[in-house]
Amino acid sequence: MSINLTSSNIATRENRIGSITGYVGTLKDLATKSECGTLKGCSRCFSQSSTCLSMCGLSQLAAIRNVAIIHHGPAGCSVTSANAYYMSKVMAKKRNVTSNTVYVGTDMNEKDTIFGSTEKLRNIILTVNDRYKPDAIFVSSSCATGIIGEDIDSIVDEVSYEIDVPVVAVHCEGFKSRIWATGFDISDHAIMQKIVKPPREGIKSNKINFKNFFESARTEIIDIFKNFDLEPVFLYCNSTIEELSHLSESLATTCICGTLGNYIGNALEEKYNVPYIRSINQCGITGFETWLREIGRITDRTELVERYISEQRAIYIPQIEEVKKELNGLTAVLGMGPGYTFEVSRVLNELGIKVVWALAWHYDKKYENGDVPPSMKYLLDNDIDFETSVADQQNYEVMNVLNRYKPDMYLSRHPGSTVWAIKNGTPAVYVADEYMIFGYKHTLEFARTILDTIRNRSFEENLAKRSKLPYTDWWYTQQVDTFLEEAK
Amino acid sequence: MAKLLDRQRYKCALGAMQTVQAIERALPVLNSGPGCAQKLSDSTGSSGYFSPNIFPCTSINEKDVVFGGVKKLDSTIANSLKVIDADMYVVLTGCIPEIVGDDTGEVVSRFNDADKPVIYAPTAGFKGNNYKGHEQVIDAIIDQYLTPSDDKQDGLINIFADVPYQDLFWLGNIRELERLIKELGLTPNTIFGYRRGIDNINKIPHAKYNLLVSPWVGINNMKKMEKKLGIPYLHYKTLPIGATETSRFLRTVGEFAGVSNEKVESVIKEHEDYYYYLIERYADLFLENRVINKQFSVVADAHYALAITRFLVNDLGLVPAKQFITDDTPKNMRDDIVKEFNKLNYGLAADVSFETDTYKIHEAIREHDYHGYPLILGGYYEKELTEELKGNFLNISWPVQDKVVFDSFYAGYAGGIRLIEDIYTVAVSRFN
Repeated sequence: MSINLTSSNIATRENRIGSITGYVGTLKDLATKSECGTLKGCSRCFSQSSTCLSMCGLSQLAAIRNVAIIHHGPAGCSVTSANAYYMSKVMAKKRNVTSNTVYVGTDMNEKDTIFGSTEKLRNIILTVNDRYKPDAIFVSSSCATGIIGEDIDSIVDEVSYEIDVPVVAVHCEGFKSRIWATGFDISDHAIMQKIVKPPREGIKSNKINFKNFFESARTEIIDIFKNFDLEPVFLYCNSTIEELSHLSESLATTCICGTLGNYIGNALEEKYNVPYIRSINQCGITGFETWLREIGRITDRTELVERYISEQRAIYIPQIEEVKKELNGLTAVLGMGPGYTFEVSRVLNELGIKVVWALAWHYDKKYENGDVPPSMKYLLDNDIDFETSVADQQNYEVMNVLNRYKPDMYLSRHPGSTVWAIKNGTPAVYVADEYMIFGYKHTLEFARTILDTIRNRSFEENLAKRSKLPYTDWWYTQQVDTFLEEAK
Repeated sequence: MAKLLDRQRYKCALGAMQTVQAIERALPVLNSGPGCAQKLSDSTGSSGYFSPNIFPCTSINEKDVVFGGVKKLDSTIANSLKVIDADMYVVLTGCIPEIVGDDTGEVVSRFNDADKPVIYAPTAGFKGNNYKGHEQVIDAIIDQYLTPSDDKQDGLINIFADVPYQDLFWLGNIRELERLIKELGLTPNTIFGYRRGIDNINKIPHAKYNLLVSPWVGINNMKKMEKKLGIPYLHYKTLPIGATETSRFLRTVGEFAGVSNEKVESVIKEHEDYYYYLIERYADLFLENRVINKQFSVVADAHYALAITRFLVNDLGLVPAKQFITDDTPKNMRDDIVKEFNKLNYGLAADVSFETDTYKIHEAIREHDYHGYPLILGGYYEKELTEELKGNFLNISWPVQDKVVFDSFYAGYAGGIRLIEDIYTVAVSRFN
């Protein structure tokens, strides 16, 4: 890819890396078509609500400490600020640091859609700067401001002369991409454009940039990395602008989720030669080991890594093997972002659980460097295949699949999704935390959690018995792809 | 005009999808961008027979913005009727179709002959906040679904109160108001929550009276129903919390609906006796503690700011510091609301500020002398501030992070006791 940091706008995932949101078939077919470039996504003539890219993009930025987010649009767009406020307070407290990040809206009304409100926006930016003295200010558009052509870039350029911290325009029109992960790219682009500085001369670093969501395994990873004389820099939750400005000095960039970290990883590599670690992710045994070895290779620490792996294997592998006996032969359906679906599928396979259908909310044909995502490549190379769909969080498609396959469990990562599986009578495992399957220790915990979940199905049974599902009988007799249309 | 919305306390008009969701088996169908429903839903208690990820959505994309999204809206409604089993389909428009000029009304009218009612409400985000959106949804039901009836049922009274989901206690409160009205010998009819739904919507035209319990939200709906359906309304501006206000509420409703004085007074006596039995047992807790002072502030919408102020002043004898109304109350309604804050016992009047900018609210709280630990009842934003001031904080208004509420309530006599329990639970959790 070629990263263009002169513009505040970036192309959507659909246009940049050929991502799709509609497909039904098999994993092999999806992967083969991705590789030879013939994959075409479908659109839907009926859909249920999913996610707005602005929520992903701006929540990422709002997790940084002591910054200001100004979301220019009606009050519904900036409603994310309520949760962002809560998150920044509790996440900072957890780390024993403080954050004065503020996320404000502009409560745009009908008059503004007719006459524009750039002057108001300008005053709001200046007021926020006076009130909070943030370390950086991110000014975002919305659907409404985007359509009426409000020129936030010019406003940002103008106020930049009056404000002595970076002021960054962020383009978050919700309609521009079906793929909310485009929001992750938008936040990365903003950071790359105005926050990251070229490496300082003479700085020797042992740091690894680690893109994640909520840094729940922070201390654990710090400890692991100590074995290799490496130090993780977690982003963006609880990051400071100062820390982020030096991302270009690190030895490498890695991430917990390819969908999340792909853009900044590639951008840092392209601009500043910081290698991006492109292995399968850290979930499961093979994932963890492959990732560690790749870090070892890139940072020239192979020996230390191998020593760590053999020590840890001795502790955990026998325990994991023991649990596997009880999991063997169970069936699963899973629905997650593509950064997790095809990684967790691999782990389930490793644990002896049969994936009967995997739904990915979207699918990136290729990553920024032009390669097929490593998680897919792994499954292909290892001759693992199952039915797959790209489902854009469409709950009715999930329910159709669950009703047809009646698996032993449904695994999901997105709020509000698990309850629908259990109303169908299917036990659900909520893979909420991104570190839930991280490394040997958490793979073992994950396996045991699955066991606990399917051992006591009382809650699922109680609720399923008493609740009526909202879908018609007609829908359950239809094929999953009923509403998919060939993209024009 | 645009303004600085610093730590906001309301959503946009499309947030009224939650008003639709509160009507059992009514389905919001969003003509909006793909993520509006998820953003506008609260994180707990927003599942149910339908949840935001069930709401059909046209998921408008760039092409629709340029070429119009009418075709997609048509197929979304048609397939919603096929895929999802609902009693009523309420199409809600977001910002995009209203700016680009898609005619949602025309598309919806194509479904006039559908097996189930399909109506629509204009709820573009820039048209106002979710309090206004709530009124739009009720208006849509009145305009597009209800028809006048001569068949009036004696004693049947429609009750409308707070905005579902925006109000943490919406379900419990409306049930408690029903119970109180029932005790007067009247037949309450409400449309929100468990087993109300379309059957109760159908009963609306048969009611003799409408009762609105809210300072301002819903008053336009009352006027519309009076005009179209010939139902006279009583506008009771204060959500009754505790004995003083609830007894006044029962007397007012009783008089309006022609309930005999004896009946009203006997209901009141029964409740007040038990209420004061409880208060008597715990009075020393109020009198003899070191951490709750006399002065308090409420930061909430007009509904709660007014209700809690009157309760704490008239029932518990506290003294109002500045009160903050955060719902962007329409300017023409403000004077009337201020008057209600001036009718407190002993000629007390509360200083009220209509303010949506949390920075200014917090400055005002910091500047006020509470003569000791402040008692702040507000949104989650006040938590850190109150901790900083070493005061007592209760999260009663949106946003809520500190409390899980299923069907608990603050309305009525029992609700007053619940509120006291919550306040003093905070108090006893620190040195007393």
